[in-house]
Amino acid sequence: MFIRFIKTYFLWELLRGLALTGSRLFRRKFTVQYPDEKTPKSPRFRGLHALRRYPNGEERCIACKLCEAVCPAVAITIESEEREDSTRRTTRYDVDLFKCVYCGFCEEACPVDSIVLTDIHEFHFEGREGTVIDKAGLLAIGDRYESSIAAARERDAPYR
Amino acid sequence: MPPERPEGFIMAMIIIDGQEIEAEAGSMIIQAADKADIYIPRFCYHEKLSIAANCRMCLVEVEKAPKPLPACATPITDGMVIHTVSEQAVEAQQGTMEFLLINHPLDCPICDQGGECPLQDQALGYGGDVSRFSEGKRVVDDPDIGPLIETEMTRCIHCTRCVRFGQEVAGIMELGAIGRGEDMKIATVVGRTVDSEVSGNVIDLCPVGALTSKPYRFSARAWELASHDAISPHDCLGSNLNIQTAHDTVKRVLPRTNGHVNECWLSDRDRFSYEGVNSPDRLLQPLVRVGDRFEEVAWEVALQRAATALSDIGKAQGPGAIGALASPTATLEEFFLLQQLMRGLGSDNVDHRLRQRDFRDDSFTALFPGTELPIEQIQDAACVLLVGCHLRKELPLVALRVREMCRLGGQVAALNPMDYEQNFPLTEALVVAPSALPAALARIAMARVGQVEVSEELRQWAELIPDSEDFARTAKMLSDVEGEVVVVLGQIAAQHREASALRAIASWLAQHTGIRLAFLPEANGAAAWIAGCVPHRQANGDGVQEPGLNVSQMLSARLSAYLLFGLEPTMDLAATGNLVSALSDASFVLSFSAFRSAVPAQADVVFPLAPFTESAGTYVNCDGRAQSVEAAMDPRGMARPGWKILRVLGNYLALPGFDYITVDDVRSRVNLSLPEVVCRLEEGCPLPGAASKSVPWSVESQRFERVVDVPIYDVDPIVRRASSLQRTRDHSLATVHMNKEQLLALNVKAGDSVRVVADADEVRLTITPDDRVLGGCVYIPMGSAATAPLGGADYIALKVIR
Ligand code: SF4
Ligand code: SF4
Repeated sequence: MFIRFIKTYFLWELLRGLALTGSRLFRRKFTVQYPDEKTPKSPRFRGLHALRRYPNGEERCIACKLCEAVCPAVAITIESEEREDSTRRTTRYDVDLFKCVYCGFCEEACPVDSIVLTDIHEFHFEGREGTVIDKAGLLAIGDRYESSIAAARERDAPYR
Repeated sequence: MPPERPEGFIMAMIIIDGQEIEAEAGSMIIQAADKADIYIPRFCYHEKLSIAANCRMCLVEVEKAPKPLPACATPITDGMVIHTVSEQAVEAQQGTMEFLLINHPLDCPICDQGGECPLQDQALGYGGDVSRFSEGKRVVDDPDIGPLIETEMTRCIHCTRCVRFGQEVAGIMELGAIGRGEDMKIATVVGRTVDSEVSGNVIDLCPVGALTSKPYRFSARAWELASHDAISPHDCLGSNLNIQTAHDTVKRVLPRTNGHVNECWLSDRDRFSYEGVNSPDRLLQPLVRVGDRFEEVAWEVALQRAATALSDIGKAQGPGAIGALASPTATLEEFFLLQQLMRGLGSDNVDHRLRQRDFRDDSFTALFPGTELPIEQIQDAACVLLVGCHLRKELPLVALRVREMCRLGGQVAALNPMDYEQNFPLTEALVVAPSALPAALARIAMARVGQVEVSEELRQWAELIPDSEDFARTAKMLSDVEGEVVVVLGQIAAQHREASALRAIASWLAQHTGIRLAFLPEANGAAAWIAGCVPHRQANGDGVQEPGLNVSQMLSARLSAYLLFGLEPTMDLAATGNLVSALSDASFVLSFSAFRSAVPAQADVVFPLAPFTESAGTYVNCDGRAQSVEAAMDPRGMARPGWKILRVLGNYLALPGFDYITVDDVRSRVNLSLPEVVCRLEEGCPLPGAASKSVPWSVESQRFERVVDVPIYDVDPIVRRASSLQRTRDHSLATVHMNKEQLLALNVKAGDSVRVVADADEVRLTITPDDRVLGGCVYIPMGSAATAPLGGADYIALKVIR
């Protein structure tokens, strides 16, 4: 009873807290200075989508629609037809980024490693319109980040 | 085809997987297992085809047998004990699957069959889990076999279902297996395409992705399609369809099995006509005429304009100055509302028999035309006489049943204006000039009936042509067979200039012999009769005070207002000669049309009509079977189902009784508990006198009698816009067909151009040699743009262009 009385009146708890703060004050800081600094990301990071191409420039996607079927959020919309060279191709490939739950199932389902989730997580929308990326947009992302996409898959390959 | 059932078959007790089953002795294990819902994997077995037992997937263990036996080809005996999932059976199935997959590509994601593929499913269910095959796979090239079927023959597993279908069911062997073992492949005769009118069924039959649908190719996946029930509007069989849609378009059409109607088959016309529905020519907005062009307007404006014009004309010139023509492909509800609207206005001028020309027996006809012998019993009949009927192209699936009838020992005779190729053997093939059809039928009827008092008219008819052995032989055939005999009057007979004579002679024959008749209606024509879409009868066969005008009369009477419901006037009417002037003289033409290009230039107001896929409705087939369906999808654009348009137009005209809320309310006005079909004319119907031979038509004067019919892919506006069907060989018929002797006599050759003149109209067509046509006749079909100006003209003159 008496000890409690003393601790209360001499702000013991507060002093203990301040002591911790004081001791940290002089140690090395590890705050990441985002956006100047970034944390490392796992090769399995699931960010913005991309459609990849083969090294010869041919789009990988064969319009099998497995990603569309597996997507739990019904975020993918595909329309397909026979291209002139009689291969099976999409005429429309839309991903609704507002519906997407970034589960990565589409990437898992894809038999030709076409749709992938890149490690890009910094994207934003300035209006309601831009939330659906179309085929051209997805291919452009794929083209632009192909090297990092490929590197990430490469790093992850031994664990698959 | 299942093996024929022996007389007085016996039952056997067998045990499949511990389950005691009673089955017919001699039937196959797989049939008994199917009945008991025990699934045995299979590829080559199909219940409608003969047994080939070449895929070996259905191997099962049978106790006391040294090896696994194929369930599809092992007859049941009493006391058999069968295991479908025992170690031996499973090992055999896995072995078979491994061999099947040796040469089958494993690229399911790009295959159109993926997701609905028996091979994929059974590999999962009955195959091993890894492939041990690392050698090279067989590659086979893909022949182009026509615009409907796509081939990827590398995927073929040689089940021969497609070959057996052609041989046994379709009756034309277009696909065959060549080579043996590893080199075996399925191919057509070199360079030939598959042209059968039921060819699309091999797409359903092929258990892998070797034969798939060309128009559907790569456009959707089985799992994303929504299925909707529908009925085909293109012929009077009323085939049951499964319309599959995705993203608000019809992606494909599959059959819905109905043993009474189409079994598990579908004709190509029913299967691929959906392309017409998807055509870019669809009309999506109401139009009104402003000067000499059309302007898109809102529904209210178009409806108001139509209602005002109709009531003004009704007031000024009397309701009799208004006439309505409906396409026979409309639904029962549309027919009913159209005639209710017309009769509400006070006019009985309403008709759907666009290509018919002879209406003299109207007051003696039965409630509706149809087949007195139900379609499902046709294969059990003993004899069929086809009169003016190209059955194979008119009703492709009924032709399959007739073929089955022949296989079971039935006989078929045909009396046609041209030697049509049929896919069943003809015991008698009688070919006479079109004008001699009634005379020939009269000869046959008199020979068949024998010693009875014959009316003067009938004798006159018969005497138009000399008697011949053929007629007597045909008559003898009709009387000699035991079992049902059916005389079928097809579209050529119905559209004949003397159709009522043909019907009367057939009815006379039926009265005296007990022969059954079939008067085939066009498309949903039976529903039109029942709904009262004829000038002389109201719905349910109720009479009218004074019959209105029929199609021909409406066109020649030059009415002030025409309502054209769903038809493409230049191609759907026989009397096109009158048409242009009739429509131009009319002060108001209202067109209901699903297609922009089907709207006549003279139209004043145009309502965009929803085609059969987008409209609920009832179809009555030639058996009197009423089948109602919901709309498969929402109408495109501002198009609306016909029944809704007519209902609202009725409101705008302030007619009583147009307060229906649902399509069922409309349907309930028509009594659909139909009696058994009796289509013969009522007794006492006078036989019209024999037409005396008209002007001499001859090669010298270069004037000919014309054989006319409507080719299979020209029957209605939807089919005419189905692009893949329009690329088949059945389409390229719009030329002048004549036999080789006549070509010589005229000194012309194939490909030459001629001017074809009928009355005041003429067209330029090329010549095709065709030995099916008699001398003195030429065959020029109707229903297409090229021959439209000729309409249904019976006589034409040819002027060779040199
Ligand atoms: S990440 Fe998941 S939710 Fe997003 S598109 Fe792919 S499957 Fe759909
Ligand atoms: S992205 Fe991949 S899974 Fe999706 S349709 Fe294309 S190939 Fe198929």
